[in-house]
Amino acid sequence: MSPLLFWIFAAIMLVFGGMVVIHRNPVASALSLVVSFLALAALFVSLDAYFIGVIQILVYAGAVMVLFLFIIMLLDLKAELRRRPNLPAVCGGFVVIFLFIVAIAEVSFRFQGGDASFQPIAQGPQGDIWHVGMILFQRYNIALQVVGTLILVASIGVVVLSKRELK
Amino acid sequence: MMHLLLFALISLIKTIGLIFVIILPMVSYTVYAERRVSAMIQDRLGPNRVGIPLTLFGFQKDIPFFGLVQPIADAVKLLLKEDFTPNHVNKFYYCLAPACAMAPSMMALAVIPFGSQLWGEPMVVANVNIGVLWVFAVSSLGVYGIVLAGWSSNSKYPFLGGIRSSSQMISYELSLALSVIPIFMICGTLNLPEIVRYQTVHGWLISPIWLNGISLFPPSINGQEIMRSFDFLKFLLWIPLFISFIVFTISMFAETNRLPFDLPEAETELVGGYHTEYSSMKFALFFLGEYAAMIVGSAVIVTLFFGGWHVPFLPTTLVDPYTFWGVILGLIHIAAFFFKVALLLFFFIWVRWTLPRFRYDQLMRLGWYFFIEIALVNVFIVAVILPFMRR
Amino acid sequence: MPYIVARPKLNFSEKAYLPAIFSGLGITLRHFLDILSGKKKVTMQYPEEKWDAKLPAHYRGAPTLVTDEYGRERCVACQLCEFICPPRAITIHPGEIPLENRWRKVEKFPQEFEIDMIRCIYCGLCEEVCPEQAIFLRKDYAITGLTRKEMVHDKKKLYEMGGVMTGLVNKWNDKK
Ligand code: SF4
Ligand code: SF4
Repeated sequence: MSPLLFWIFAAIMLVFGGMVVIHRNPVASALSLVVSFLALAALFVSLDAYFIGVIQILVYAGAVMVLFLFIIMLLDLKAELRRRPNLPAVCGGFVVIFLFIVAIAEVSFRFQGGDASFQPIAQGPQGDIWHVGMILFQRYNIALQVVGTLILVASIGVVVLSKRELK
Repeated sequence: MMHLLLFALISLIKTIGLIFVIILPMVSYTVYAERRVSAMIQDRLGPNRVGIPLTLFGFQKDIPFFGLVQPIADAVKLLLKEDFTPNHVNKFYYCLAPACAMAPSMMALAVIPFGSQLWGEPMVVANVNIGVLWVFAVSSLGVYGIVLAGWSSNSKYPFLGGIRSSSQMISYELSLALSVIPIFMICGTLNLPEIVRYQTVHGWLISPIWLNGISLFPPSINGQEIMRSFDFLKFLLWIPLFISFIVFTISMFAETNRLPFDLPEAETELVGGYHTEYSSMKFALFFLGEYAAMIVGSAVIVTLFFGGWHVPFLPTTLVDPYTFWGVILGLIHIAAFFFKVALLLFFFIWVRWTLPRFRYDQLMRLGWYFFIEIALVNVFIVAVILPFMRR
Repeated sequence: MPYIVARPKLNFSEKAYLPAIFSGLGITLRHFLDILSGKKKVTMQYPEEKWDAKLPAHYRGAPTLVTDEYGRERCVACQLCEFICPPRAITIHPGEIPLENRWRKVEKFPQEFEIDMIRCIYCGLCEEVCPEQAIFLRKDYAITGLTRKEMVHDKKKLYEMGGVMTGLVNKWNDKK
């Protein structure tokens, strides 16, 4: 993948990430976030991490954001559009952004090996998805089982909660 | 650099050939087929007149041609209609929505192997290892078109249609993805061309009891190989695969918003559903997008369960794909693939004109209470059978 | 009084939907194949095949004027049809039959008689009301034209379409 494509997708991601914050209309923000996710997925693909890229689209853009959009659509958007931005919140936001940039700069300049390049993912006939599976089920098997149980418990909890009659 | 350019060029040719030469005409002829088949099911004849309009050029008679030119007439009609944008809509999203509805199904085609090879070039646009996941990911984006259309139209029926559609698609994506996991467990790959290769050797997944070693070209029956490929557990495998096929197909109906699950546009309740406010070519994009999604859905089903481009008793490859017969074989494989897709499309249409629409709660219950559970149990069944099977 | 209908008890195969779905698919497929193979024929291919021969005698096509067997016009310009016509499709300009005319028994005849076929709704009231049985709805149903003018049938055209009708007519009945 040429660096040109990297820059294009990185720019798309950042611009639309900014739009998420700037837009007054929540639907527009949500959609900008989707575009940003898609660009992020493209970046993953450019790193030969097809699996993560496609899961990014499938889970975030395809499912989570649809649910968000679904809920936003049910809200009263007019009220949101009328609200004036309040100054302390905006200032706080900028402070957070500034601190974040400082933190990144610290890490990438001070941290030893922050600019080291890593081994490329081995491209066998099975591809990256095979590696993901191997690592998950061999090295982190216990952790995976625990997470699976947690999710099971959570989903059972949701079913129980939603089944309960409102008194 | 030269290599990259060549690669890009070949991909471009494949994409354009696939979309403009095969899929788009197929979409419009599916609309035609839908009209003809529905008419015949209802004891009518359907559009059988539009042909070559010789009378325009001063001849006495037109050539009716079974109405096969009808799609062109439809396209002309849709293009010439007034493109009316209501005043109360959210203009930007209103225009964005039709494109969002059409594009994902076209993108999903990228990973589907629609033939074996032509001149040694594999007939798939992107041969990637994530295969089927890509199809799911992209088709899950298709819901944005409908949701946006419903929301930006700023009127109640489209909005209800949009909401119904988004919850329907999210629910059925789950069972759609869960139901095909057995296939990946059996084939050991997500790569669609690889899955088709597996099927050419071990039999179509809809009936995995294929006996290897029978061939018509050259005619031979290899008894040893047949014995070797015979395995009782293969018959057991037939059960979970059949369940998986049924769940996948029904979920595909829900995912493509086809009757009996066409709740987003339920004409009797929601006027036109999410595209009530659309006209002219914008409406046509929704309309064609639905049919394109149907074609992609059929193509995925064919690839996963019906052996893709594989024709029984024909060799899968010749030694030299550059000879005349090699090219012919490649073309036969492409034709076989689209023939199977066409049969499935007929099935889609046939079901549509047979079954009445489900109620919304019935649809949701079917998805959440039955299909997801069945698909999960199915995964377990395959997991139990597989370790005992001879590979 | 509320009236509660007991839901029918479904057995397993009915609850499973699938058998019913398959038999439904069978029914539609049978219809499809019957029409496709031409075993069953319902549709008439209109411009090529017509059912003119099968039209019943009382078919209500375009209203026309008729003459009797001697070529005399039956209409006496009483204008009843003009008044009864619901969409007011008929326009009549009555005229006086000159004294020296051989057929002078009644005074009036229609100088002009126009039926606007864009307006006509083929209701048949004109035929019903006519005391002289001069106006009849005939079997022409494909009334077309490229201009509005063409769609207005004048007297000549109406007689042309109507032709001859024999039978008792009061006007020429000597006893009255
Ligand atoms: S058929 Fe009815 S509408 Fe037509 S001219 Fe006679 S009265 Fe009028
Ligand atoms: S057609 Fe009959 S009803 Fe009409 S003016 Fe003549 S006689 Fe009278």
